Amino acid sequence: MMHKNIVVIGNGMVGHHLLEHLMAQSPDVNVTVLSSEPRLAYDRVHLSEYFSGKSAEELALANEAQYKQWQVDVLCGERVVSIDRDSKTVQTEHGKRFTYDELVMATGSYPFVPPIPGNDQEHCLVYRTIEDLEAIQASAQHATVGVVVGGGLLGLEAANALRQLGLQTHVVEFAPQLMAVQVDGAGGSLLKSKIEELGVKVHCSKATENITSGNQRRYKMCFSDGETLETDLILFSAGIRPHDELARACDLDVGERGGIVIDNYCRTSDANIYAVGECALWQQRVFGLVAPGYQMAKVVAKRLLEEGSEEQFSGADMSTKLKLMGVDVGSIGDAHATTPGAQTYTYENQPLGIYKKIVVSEDRKTLLGAVLVGDCGDYDTLLQYMLNRIELPSAPEALILPMSDAAPSLGVDALPDTASICSCHNVSKGDVVAAIDGGACDLASVKNCTKASTGCGGCSALLKNLVDSTLEQRGLEVNADICEHFAYSRQELYDIIRVEGIKQFDELLDRHGNGLGCDTCKPAVGSILASLWNDYVLKEEHLPLQDTNDTYLANMQKDGSYSVVPRVPGGEITADKLIVLGEVAKKYDLYTKITGGQRVDLFGARLEQLPEIWAELIDAGFETGHAYGKSLRTVKSCVGESWCRYGVKDSVSMAIFLENRYKGLRAPHKIKMAVSGCTRECAEAQSKDIGVIATENGWNLYVCGNGGMRPRHADLFATDLNDEGLIRCIDRVLMFYVRTADRLQRTSVWMENLEGGLGYLKKVVVDDHLGVCDELEAQMDDIVGTYQCEWKTTLENPAALKRFRQFVNSDEPDESIQFVRVRDQISPADKTECVKAECITETEMA
Amino acid sequence: MGMKQWTHLCKTSDLVKDSGVCALMENTQIALFYLSRPKPQVYAIDNFDPIGKANVMSRGIVGSLNDEPVVASPLYKQHFSLIDGQCLEDEGRQIAVYPARIQGGDVQLSMAIAE
Repeated sequence: MMHKNIVVIGNGMVGHHLLEHLMAQSPDVNVTVLSSEPRLAYDRVHLSEYFSGKSAEELALANEAQYKQWQVDVLCGERVVSIDRDSKTVQTEHGKRFTYDELVMATGSYPFVPPIPGNDQEHCLVYRTIEDLEAIQASAQHATVGVVVGGGLLGLEAANALRQLGLQTHVVEFAPQLMAVQVDGAGGSLLKSKIEELGVKVHCSKATENITSGNQRRYKMCFSDGETLETDLILFSAGIRPHDELARACDLDVGERGGIVIDNYCRTSDANIYAVGECALWQQRVFGLVAPGYQMAKVVAKRLLEEGSEEQFSGADMSTKLKLMGVDVGSIGDAHATTPGAQTYTYENQPLGIYKKIVVSEDRKTLLGAVLVGDCGDYDTLLQYMLNRIELPSAPEALILPMSDAAPSLGVDALPDTASICSCHNVSKGDVVAAIDGGACDLASVKNCTKASTGCGGCSALLKNLVDSTLEQRGLEVNADICEHFAYSRQELYDIIRVEGIKQFDELLDRHGNGLGCDTCKPAVGSILASLWNDYVLKEEHLPLQDTNDTYLANMQKDGSYSVVPRVPGGEITADKLIVLGEVAKKYDLYTKITGGQRVDLFGARLEQLPEIWAELIDAGFETGHAYGKSLRTVKSCVGESWCRYGVKDSVSMAIFLENRYKGLRAPHKIKMAVSGCTRECAEAQSKDIGVIATENGWNLYVCGNGGMRPRHADLFATDLNDEGLIRCIDRVLMFYVRTADRLQRTSVWMENLEGGLGYLKKVVVDDHLGVCDELEAQMDDIVGTYQCEWKTTLENPAALKRFRQFVNSDEPDESIQFVRVRDQISPADKTECVKAECITETEMA
Repeated sequence: MGMKQWTHLCKTSDLVKDSGVCALMENTQIALFYLSRPKPQVYAIDNFDPIGKANVMSRGIVGSLNDEPVVASPLYKQHFSLIDGQCLEDEGRQIAVYPARIQGGDVQLSMAIAE
């Protein structure tokens, strides 16, 4: 095996992707990475999320541990200053020299700053790196007005960032419209009006002549039409330029307007040097998206490992779908209808703010391109038509007309094996089918082994369809029956119980099931009955359905003892109540721990002690905390504006309100919430099922996040809501989750499996697409109105209390529950320690 | 095997329909389950969960798997047959089963372990 030295210059997204490919295929290859940036590769596509609370660590794609494991030498802050092609060495600014057998340039690009006099002042910034973002954040602290120069895709993202920083935001564009590359004039003007509705001022056809000092604000921008605009901060986002300086200096071929010339193998004019990503020029084009860069990386990785590999880069589809400030924008193929003979169909709905256009070939048989603004629902289907040259229906307009029955939803079966399903990771239909034939038999494992739908996630609905359909064809259709006793899924059982008004498990079993039921269907039905009718869960007919913890309204620990968690809404607690918790813990000698949900957990209670303990807690004004239930757990909060210097709203009051509203709601799984009083997000709302973050203008609602074993960042569902709007949204989202989720499915997994994903959920909850919102709200009102503290009810109910005995025929305790003392508190004793425990007890008594 | 010796354990009013309770019999913890279907029947097994190693079996959910009455351990959810105590997920695990019956208002148990 030959060990050649590979040197990679640059550690951006594409450079990192190259390493991933190399390591996956040949872990023992020698690679040195030289990066001029201070940190390892991170996700620049989602850079704007830095301002909505994502940290640099969260954006990171790579970490040192990973590189160490790969045995890749990576040097950050080590700018390469020259390449000597004869001796095959590169030299860094610190004078270090590295020899290579093969060199890969992944140097990326830099933002183009138009040559406007005054463009080099302190608060004239660009938007590309985390360091840029830090500079923007610092500059914005004492600023009121911000201007973005450039109304393209990145410019609008930058504008959104300024808006989130609380600046009055302007966009200045030289062209007569926004996003001139991706959308046409009509789409551009709709986009403009939608963005202006959000408070961003858009100035098109404006050429900036110079930037001087301002009167009210830091700077004054003077335009060629004589108008002026005062601002504190200017962000240039007028396109990118390839970093090709090194290539120029060593006489590699570069394009007239920049870019390192590469062939189909991504080889530069020197056969031992490759270039990938935004620094490369292929057939006179620089690709400013990450997907083509990834494809180049893949080609080069193959080539470096297999001499004479025939894998080639063959260009990339530049279609894009994105959300700019909440506005859906999609652009496919020949959006401007430049193909000779091209015909167009247009649909515009001004009241709803929707614009759609398709561009078709002269013979109207194939789709050439499309523009979508305000609604990207048709994007996936249109993209497949275009990429796979699928023959159009005789009336192509049906593809974009609303409520058109003729609209043929393109079945996945119609797609050829080469059809691209996931463009981020370049996964074709054939790859997915091969994965299934290779043993992946559900969506999650297909995602895992193909990486499909793990990039932007735009293809998740399509992927699910394809997986389902392929499994079905293979006769592998996943049996959705909940268990052997009912030939129905949880959702079907929910509908049956709701529609037939079934109130008891036995009734359901007689009508629709067989056998006695089991520990799968019983708790599931118990939960459904509680969600629908909200009866006391320990009623005689419901008690046998409850899971272990619900049966005793406490959490069983490994030794058979229980923990007790009273509700502390919003994590706010008086000193008196805190003292009560302490006194109860002391009296019953309970192990005491603060939970992550801002309350207190008391461990080590024996079954027969639970009613006594709860009587004391309820006397002191506590309620059950439902820590045992598949139901709302806690609503975590920060102190918010009442105390915090940065808070903009009263997060604690909102958290208490939400906790009191939703406490007791039984759901397919537990639900956690949080409310943060500002975008610093101290309550960590974006890792919760329901997360609320205060803004200057209202509340931002995040949904379906999760911490724990499978962390998932919550999706931004709605922005700037008032109190009432917020609660209505949460009511509907929660109730729709209760209705449609699988058993024991957290909201995060529910969302990932929801066909149509976030967009669909918005349609249902915001647009009332299914016409069920009134019902969902009424059901929630009913649940809220029939809330009871289960412990209070239990204490008043002698029949229910009967079960809280260790033995029905003796008052003795369970002698196998024994504790030792660790750090001054009890801890369950191992069986071997029980003897020791006795000694300790004796010593203490002595 | 000789005649079974039936011993009074508790009252039928101590049982909970389609669920379990625990009774003490000469220092042995007995989990008692009262199933109302297909016909009312009381089952008795050791209360000790041999996998979770705690006295908790009486707190498990009862039901049937392939028509065999079972209880699921409340700790790690393995199923044990109420007829012969066999663990359905682990062939090597078994729980002791005791003959039990209802006589009038009394629940009676025979400590001679069933074959």
